[in-house]
Amino acid sequence: MAFRTMMLAGSMLALMAGSALAAGTHPVTGEPLADNQSFTYRVLDEFPSIDPGLIQDVSGSDVARNLFEGLLNQDSEGNIVPGVAESYDVSDDGLTYTFHLRNNAKWSDGKPVTAGDFVYAWRRVADPATASEYQWYMGLMALVNVDEVMAGDLPTDQLGVVALDDHTLEVHLNEALPYFAQMVAHTTTYPVPAWAIEEWGDAWAQPGHMVSNGAYVLSERVPQEKIVMTRNAEYWDNDNTIIDTVTALIINDENAALTRYLAGELDRTDIPAGQYPSLHEQYPDQATSVPNLCTYYFNVNLTDSGNPALQDVRVREALALAVDRDVLVNNVLAGGQVPAFSLTHWAIAGWQVPEADYVGWTQAERDARAQELMAEAGYGADNPLSVEFIYNTSESHQSIAVAVGQMWKQKLGVTMTLSNMEWETFLDQRANMDYELARAGWCADYNEPSSFLDIMQSQSGYNDSKYNSPEYDALLADARTAEDPMPDYEAAEALLMRDFPVIPLYFYAEVFMLNDDIKGWPYDNAQQNWYARDFYRVAD
Amino acid sequence: MLSYIIRRLLVAIPTILILIVISYVLMFAAPGGPFNSERPLPAQVLANIEARYGLDRPYLVQMADYVWNIVARFDFGPSFQYRDQNVNSIIRQGFPVTLTYGLWAFVVSVVIGVVLGVVAAIRHNTWTDYLAVGISVGAQVLPNFVIAPILVLVFTLWLRWLPGGGWNGGAWQNVIMPVIALAASYTASIARIMRSSMIEVLNSPFIRTARAKGLPTRRIILRHALKPALVPLLSYLGPAFVGMITGSFVVDMYFSTGGIGQFFVNSALNRDYPVIMGITILMGALTILFSLVVDVLYAWIDPKIRY
Repeated sequence: MAFRTMMLAGSMLALMAGSALAAGTHPVTGEPLADNQSFTYRVLDEFPSIDPGLIQDVSGSDVARNLFEGLLNQDSEGNIVPGVAESYDVSDDGLTYTFHLRNNAKWSDGKPVTAGDFVYAWRRVADPATASEYQWYMGLMALVNVDEVMAGDLPTDQLGVVALDDHTLEVHLNEALPYFAQMVAHTTTYPVPAWAIEEWGDAWAQPGHMVSNGAYVLSERVPQEKIVMTRNAEYWDNDNTIIDTVTALIINDENAALTRYLAGELDRTDIPAGQYPSLHEQYPDQATSVPNLCTYYFNVNLTDSGNPALQDVRVREALALAVDRDVLVNNVLAGGQVPAFSLTHWAIAGWQVPEADYVGWTQAERDARAQELMAEAGYGADNPLSVEFIYNTSESHQSIAVAVGQMWKQKLGVTMTLSNMEWETFLDQRANMDYELARAGWCADYNEPSSFLDIMQSQSGYNDSKYNSPEYDALLADARTAEDPMPDYEAAEALLMRDFPVIPLYFYAEVFMLNDDIKGWPYDNAQQNWYARDFYRVAD
Repeated sequence: MLSYIIRRLLVAIPTILILIVISYVLMFAAPGGPFNSERPLPAQVLANIEARYGLDRPYLVQMADYVWNIVARFDFGPSFQYRDQNVNSIIRQGFPVTLTYGLWAFVVSVVIGVVLGVVAAIRHNTWTDYLAVGISVGAQVLPNFVIAPILVLVFTLWLRWLPGGGWNGGAWQNVIMPVIALAASYTASIARIMRSSMIEVLNSPFIRTARAKGLPTRRIILRHALKPALVPLLSYLGPAFVGMITGSFVVDMYFSTGGIGQFFVNSALNRDYPVIMGITILMGALTILFSLVVDVLYAWIDPKIRY
């Protein structure tokens, strides 16, 4: 009897403690916390995959960052902080990284997270049989033997990553990469549980099968509807996690998503094009604009199949100068974007956009110079230039193209014919150099200038302009081993700003609505990599 | 009758095979491929993926293999776009959703459409008729991508009665708006077909005879006029039924139901060949099945038809 009473009293106490905690205050800031610690956000489309080795898009990475944990994490400013690895050492030549794993990291089934789990995961991504779209990321990491393993010429156990013991992971690189530590914060490098994958095969990424080592576990997944993640009791830092449930709702239509946000069904959603200014006025604490490491630009076809006039750098410069980017970002896009004169995004860590005189000019000065250049090149009222522009069908691409076309027509007398096509057709046509000017966008894979600059190397598969500058290639080759690569990067970017193989228009910003009860969003992380365990919901 | 049904079902097999071949050819004729993206994949990566899915083999071999997997193992293949799913799992999860709201939409549109059409026909050229015609024209011209946002605005944002989307395992709150959005234009069509065929039947000699015998109007309509008036509607209902239960891209997209309508359109845009094929075959088979059902119903309703 006495025993039962004690039990009862004990469980009552536990209950009271539980509710006190739920309705408690934030341990650091002291803010009152809401009872309901959930975070619900919108994603555009069904996840191609949430398996870290197969993820190929941002939405999949967002989920993986909550379900799994890699060697290193990012903090709210994008700096590297410990994850499964408590610390790491780099050899003097920069070719060997040794990661020291914490010994309290566990999988959701209670097994310890070991260095072998990372070795398995990395080999799996590099293995051609896995057919991961992000296999190339392993190549980018420059692991020893990675090219041979990726081609299937060497077995995966020859890959330059070894588990010295359960808690020590050693990585061997072909070349020193100054940004290597940043790279292992990427979800492609996350550990995966060999035993679950072997047991369930492709179906391991489903609720009930998936074993994960992050702050949350997968508890529900309905294709084209939602993914629900709940607390992982085995997570080593579970005690400091506040948000209990993370839900991703798949909503294709951004206006539908906004309506549901306003009805209180979502804590975060994207702002549809053009609505940022009005929403910001109405909900200044919720409508948010943050940099997004992507650049929007036009490709110029520099090969023989392009427009002959555009082979003249003066014409390219004139076209680039005559675009009033302030009008584009403020009146056409209206989403917090920033005018761009360089390919590399301004918000990249440690990056300074190189000086170019026209950047500091007023638009009137740029227009005057553009007219001079066109006249020098022999184009004017008596010899008008016409250019063809291709883009994939989308309202926002079209409004930008129309605005740019008007500017060129008015200022330079250039006629721009627009031709829109469906996405796949567009990619085909651009890759086949069957165009004169084409819209393009590029996003950084990691927070470093080479993530942009690499694509303009003459041998790059992404060099859709076919820019071919040995000087440029040499600068980037040098940057790979330089103590401080920034001067090389700046010199390379300066070449782009002189040769205009691309016409940069604006730097992306991400605009979204975020419930002002949700705190901890990493506004200053330029890649917007967020971890729900850093969030909390304050009481109204 | 039974031999007729069996004959029709046997003819369905070559029909579906032809459907597979034509869809396959059209699919490969479309420019682009499933693994194109803004950032072209490195050749090595692309080769791995193509090897994994057997896309490096000749088209004819791929097609034969595809058909064999369906016939022998009922396996419709993987999804190129959604690596964590396959076509069978996509249809298994998505089709019950569209089937649920499609069936409800069918019931709602037939009941309301028929009643509206009959009432309009009986009260031909009165204000009741004009009102019924007005409502059905309104529902017809308002496309569902207009109706859906209006519904959400009213019932979710203003009244806060219903969730603005999601399926939630088919909870009634989540089903209502998709059903209304899908049923609206079908209801309008059914009402208009029903109205004109009812007017025609009501003017025919046998109804005049019935009236002359002094039968009450209710009995004339239900016992004598309704059945013949349904005949023209039947040929519309077969394809309409298939259209409803295979869902609607707009409804799926706007209400995030997780139905296959959305998968169908997205897979076409992404060139996710196996998913396109799987859903095309499903829709083709359903179309064949329900046109057979309609033909059988004809025989039951119309004594002039014999097989």
